[in-house]
Amino acid sequence: MATWKTICKVADIPVLGARRVARPAGMPVAVFRNAEDKVFALLDRCPHKGGPLSQGIVFGESVACPLHNWTIGLADGCAKAPDEGCTQRFAVKVGADGSVALDADELATLALDATPPKAGPGATTGALGDATFEVQAPHTA
Amino acid sequence: MKKMKLVMVGNGMAGVRTLEELLKIAPDLYDITVFGAEPHPNYNRILLSPVLAGEQTIDEIILNPLSWYEEHGIRLHLGKKVVEVDRRRRIVRAADGTEEEYDRLLIATGSNPFILPVPGKELDGVIAYRDIADTNTMIEAAEKYKHAVVIGGGLLGLEAANGLMLRGMQVSVVHIMPWLMERQLDDVAGKLLQKSLEDRGLKFLIGAQTQALVGGQDGRVMAVQFKDGSEIPADLVVMAAGIRPNTELAEKIGLHCNRGIVVSDTMQTVTDPRIYAVGECAAHRGIAYGLVAPLFEQGKVCATHLAEFGIGRYTGSQTSTKLKVTGIDLFSAGDFMGGKDCEEIVMSDPFGGVYKKLVIKDDKLVGACLYGDTVDGSWYFKLLREGRTIGDIRDKLMFGESNIGDVGHEGHHKAAAMADSDEVCGCNGVTKGTICKAIKDKGLFTLDEVRKHTKASASCGSCTGLVEQLLMFTAGGDYSKAPTKKAMCGCTDASHQEAREAIKADHLLTIPDVYKRLGWRTPNGCASCRPAINYYLISTWPKEAKDDPQSRYINERSHANIQKDGTYSVIPRMWGGETTADELRRIADAVDKYKIPTVKVTGGQRIDLLGVKKEDLTAVWKDIGMPSGHAYAKALRTVKTCVGSEWCRFGTQDSTQMGKDLERALWRMYAPHKVKLAVSGCPRNCAEAGIKDVGVIGVDSGWELYVAGNGGIKTEVAQFFVKVKTAAEVLEYAGAFLQLYREEGWYLERTCHWVGRVGLDYVKKKVLEDHALRKSLWERLQFSLDGEPDPWFEFDKAAVDTRQFNAVGAL
Repeated sequence: MATWKTICKVADIPVLGARRVARPAGMPVAVFRNAEDKVFALLDRCPHKGGPLSQGIVFGESVACPLHNWTIGLADGCAKAPDEGCTQRFAVKVGADGSVALDADELATLALDATPPKAGPGATTGALGDATFEVQAPHTA
Repeated sequence: MKKMKLVMVGNGMAGVRTLEELLKIAPDLYDITVFGAEPHPNYNRILLSPVLAGEQTIDEIILNPLSWYEEHGIRLHLGKKVVEVDRRRRIVRAADGTEEEYDRLLIATGSNPFILPVPGKELDGVIAYRDIADTNTMIEAAEKYKHAVVIGGGLLGLEAANGLMLRGMQVSVVHIMPWLMERQLDDVAGKLLQKSLEDRGLKFLIGAQTQALVGGQDGRVMAVQFKDGSEIPADLVVMAAGIRPNTELAEKIGLHCNRGIVVSDTMQTVTDPRIYAVGECAAHRGIAYGLVAPLFEQGKVCATHLAEFGIGRYTGSQTSTKLKVTGIDLFSAGDFMGGKDCEEIVMSDPFGGVYKKLVIKDDKLVGACLYGDTVDGSWYFKLLREGRTIGDIRDKLMFGESNIGDVGHEGHHKAAAMADSDEVCGCNGVTKGTICKAIKDKGLFTLDEVRKHTKASASCGSCTGLVEQLLMFTAGGDYSKAPTKKAMCGCTDASHQEAREAIKADHLLTIPDVYKRLGWRTPNGCASCRPAINYYLISTWPKEAKDDPQSRYINERSHANIQKDGTYSVIPRMWGGETTADELRRIADAVDKYKIPTVKVTGGQRIDLLGVKKEDLTAVWKDIGMPSGHAYAKALRTVKTCVGSEWCRFGTQDSTQMGKDLERALWRMYAPHKVKLAVSGCPRNCAEAGIKDVGVIGVDSGWELYVAGNGGIKTEVAQFFVKVKTAAEVLEYAGAFLQLYREEGWYLERTCHWVGRVGLDYVKKKVLEDHALRKSLWERLQFSLDGEPDPWFEFDKAAVDTRQFNAVGAL
């Protein structure tokens, strides 16, 4: 038996938009609402380079990742061909009163090992000190 | 519901492409049956020449293996020729008696080679060049015999001759016309081609008229005899004197034919609306096309009709030609012969083997013939199809666009010369080998398909020319599709221009209204069309149409620039690049308080705070207390300035003040793309005004305005626009130019692309010559910007959904 945890109301999610649900452990979950008021939940992480899907443009039953415009299906969490890859789906229950609930067990257990993408100082490899660097900038030798 | 039955006669490229398009948009509408006279599944007929030349194998040119038909539930009758159609009972019958019923019939029977009506044409060893069987016959003959004669020095004939020669035969080409490929080349290029092929070992009999084929005792051809009585030995004769639309079946069943099966713009036969025809067998507006790009366009239109969308119309194509003989580059398009009322620009270097001719009529490029250097072929073809005036670029026309940008691929501009491991697309790290493999393995034909599958040329687009070349080499033929009118995206057939015009003409105010009026196929568009339509609405009807934040890219929804880790960057506005101790202190305090990891000075004379968490954005804005820099938006970014006459010993004008005035007049201005300005106080131009959308340069007697510059992927030097005397005039002229761009530019088109499309003369006419229009453009811009909110502080007015800054249901 699933334990449903109420997150918000459908009305709290913008039409053709999303909200983020923080978790005690693991990356946040994105809940989406489309034009027909269907609600979907996916790990907020694009299978491509980890972009936050909650920030993408929602259309039909898809979202376009804000980083490189991959199209991810909201129902299955999978990239549309020819791109490949899927992100974790989460079960959603919408109550008669318009409340949106997620499965507490899933929130506590699914995709806990997924890590957010890194940026900023020290995030990129293969730059300074790398074997190829001298070739690119011989004057440092 | 019972499915309708679709029967296709002919199993070639045009027909199968139509089915592919149909399956994409209406996969379950029809039970599909295909009859193919050849015993092979659909293959790339254009690549028979490389197969003959031994450069590819039959397996490599199969486009749709048998498994494809199975996967899509298509019943395939191979090796069965359809001989009868009962149009009343709607039954198709093959020669072996196989029958199929249809609700819709698609005829795609292609074309037949033209066989010269000379004695001996039925001898053994006399063949046409059309299909896999002919190719195999030639390959076998090349193993046994020595002398081959190809009749016809056109595209197909030369490819056949080259292939036979590579397989070891001595080949003579008989051509009745005065030079080779006379339908694609002028006399100079034709003769250059002949010389180059002669150097490789082909022999030519130009102007020779074949009278008879002479047979030997064994019933096999042994010689070709000409009108003048002379003979040459021949063990194999290939007839390549042209093709004729195959209308045998159509004529038999009473469909109106006139050099092809006559079809309407919807690809329906004019005789029977249940019957469609596409490909080389169809005559559309009097033309039967023989190249793949137009045939695929026909297929697409036909598919939308079969799918009962009923929206597309085929209105004809312009075609270009490329010869698939390795090592020979030639390209021609349009009216390359020129003639009366035409002007020609010619570049000829016969020793270097390069010849280029451009034909111009009424200030437009109408034809091009290139030999030896075809790098700019696709650019010329684009100019030709668009029919834009070329007056303003005439002096540079011959030297090409180098449309293959200058950054990102080590300056390569000839794809053939690149190694497989060389990077073509520097944005996405795609090598030549990867692209070629995808084209072959996945049967890609268009630039869009290559972009989708490999990502090459899908980001900045600077390598588009290279990718187009790879398509030509690898898939053959002409694939630089993109007709004059290009649909905005897969959701619609409407172009950007049509959408803009409809919004204006019908006073449309919401995205759903636009989608309804223009027949969108999707309920709420996609990430590509919705932001465009949203921009068109608010720019066409300011203060009337309501901005829809959910139809904006995230940066314009959160008013900050998303970074690769999902954090944001914040760039406050610094008018004209000037700041104060107070502002710097507030910025420094915010950096400490919110632990902002990187602080960077931008190229636009501002300060960028990188790595701000989304939940901190509103607080950072408030603490800094400076206006939004709109560094995240398709809007006015910065006005870069030099210090000008206030301090500089060379300065002639107060460029800093001019820059501040411009920035205050134009900030909050959304546009089709980002807009950058610069003002320099003297011609030394320290503010780099020469690569800005609007660059202003102060001189002693006033201000010079330059427009449509760009410092991006492809550096574009701004063009001189006008010289004015006063600062007020600078505002008015710059504002009017930008308003025209805002009203007429297509979404994501920078000013340089827009001016490139409409021509600088057009812009000058509107902004410089028409004084009343300039004033009203400037007034319209001021009206649009009047009272526009600063999105960092006036959330309600700017429709900023503040819910986005907090998570829900914290656990």
